[in-house]
Amino acid sequence: MTVHFCVHDEGDSVGVVVVEGIKAGQTLNGWIMDQDRMIEFPAKSDIPIGHKVAIKAIANGDTIIKYGVDIGRAVADIGAGEHLHVHNVKTKRW
Amino acid sequence: MGMNLKNATFEGWRRENGRMGVRNHVVILPLDDLSNAACEAVAHNIKGALAIPHAYGRLQFGADLDLHFRTLIGTGSNPNVAGVIVIGIEPQWTGRVVEGIAKTGKPVEGFAIEQNGDINTIANASRAAYKMVKHASRLKKTRAPISELWVSTKCGESDTTSGLASCPTVGNSFDKLWENGNTLVFGETTELTGGEHLVAERCKTPEIRDQFQAMFDRYQRVIEANKTSDLSDSQPTKGNIEGGLTTIEEKALGNIQKIGKKCTVDGVLDKAEEPTHSGLWFMDSSSAAAEMVTLCAASGFAVHTFPTGQGNVIGNPILPVIKLTANPRTQRTMSEHIDVDVTGLLQKRMNMDDAGEALLDCIVRTADGELTAAELLGHREFSLTRLYESA
Repeated sequence: MTVHFCVHDEGDSVGVVVVEGIKAGQTLNGWIMDQDRMIEFPAKSDIPIGHKVAIKAIANGDTIIKYGVDIGRAVADIGAGEHLHVHNVKTKRW
Repeated sequence: MGMNLKNATFEGWRRENGRMGVRNHVVILPLDDLSNAACEAVAHNIKGALAIPHAYGRLQFGADLDLHFRTLIGTGSNPNVAGVIVIGIEPQWTGRVVEGIAKTGKPVEGFAIEQNGDINTIANASRAAYKMVKHASRLKKTRAPISELWVSTKCGESDTTSGLASCPTVGNSFDKLWENGNTLVFGETTELTGGEHLVAERCKTPEIRDQFQAMFDRYQRVIEANKTSDLSDSQPTKGNIEGGLTTIEEKALGNIQKIGKKCTVDGVLDKAEEPTHSGLWFMDSSSAAAEMVTLCAASGFAVHTFPTGQGNVIGNPILPVIKLTANPRTQRTMSEHIDVDVTGLLQKRMNMDDAGEALLDCIVRTADGELTAAELLGHREFSLTRLYESA
């Protein structure tokens, strides 16, 4: 079975797409690495390889968690399954 | 299974100061930008000699000048170098580099251009290089335990696959090398931003933690004093963002995977400083690939591990750079740059221990003389770190 996205830890807000050509509407197989568990998730956006998919609903201002650690804040509401990147998340540093 | 590091050996050159090298270069080293042409002419005349041109060396002063000397002397002193010809515009600073390298006991000679001109300097230095390459070619390789191999790491053109797989692969091999008593280094001070607390927790003693924190805080002050925006135009880089990394925090957390799960940070180094004992060292350094790898070479490291996501192509004149990637698009489109393919990690075709072993195997093969992708493609990036303007 192809792994479409990987999640570092089950507490994370995001997964990383690890195959090319993911399209909106596609059902994705996700691998939660730390707990070694598979999940299924529908993509709501086209997402390039290496880019992130929100795996839960995120509100504007929420902290984004990856590796179980704070990686920045949402600057827009982000629906589960949507592409999450520089257009809707910013650093809290600098 | 896996390699038994305690019993494994590699074959390299035992230098006069006892260090083991894995390459046998004769370096033609310019003191300054003005001497590049003469150095390149000598390397053209004498096959097997390697010129390392660079952009600096005039009108530097204070800590910036100290770093210039430390980097040049460290490069010449690296055990991958059998002998050095130094050429400078004038004899005094040239002599300072020669004296520094001579402390290792290896052959080193200096030549100055003023009152000689390029042509006579090139002739004299070529005769010296001829003898030095002849001498180096006669040196016999000897076996040594893997623990004598100094291994550095820095990643580049990182993306999210770096943090998922290629950086943890380095971490897995670093955990094993650290337990084996190897000397290791990582750095990239600003690229720890967002994960600096995790590195601080890994420091072996409160004193080392304080030293690390002071280096981290100093670099943050440089950023704060000079930034014109939130640095999102350069950290993460455009390549990082194309690869899916969104913030410096995310990039840092991926970067930190390179120090594994078991290693403690056993000491800190200023730029181009040489470690004084085995273990994992943090070097306060730029995160720019060529600058950081140049500093690792100047600190005496013999093999470098370089995880990449989007496909950084960097090499170094004297330090073999081993590249690994977990990004299947990069492996598909740029395979000639990749030494270790760990794309299988993201499809569960490979586990982290297998990946770490594959990298260790490549490290040992490289130490034994196998050429890396960067060496085969002629990548010899040599980039001196500057601290501030010249006088």
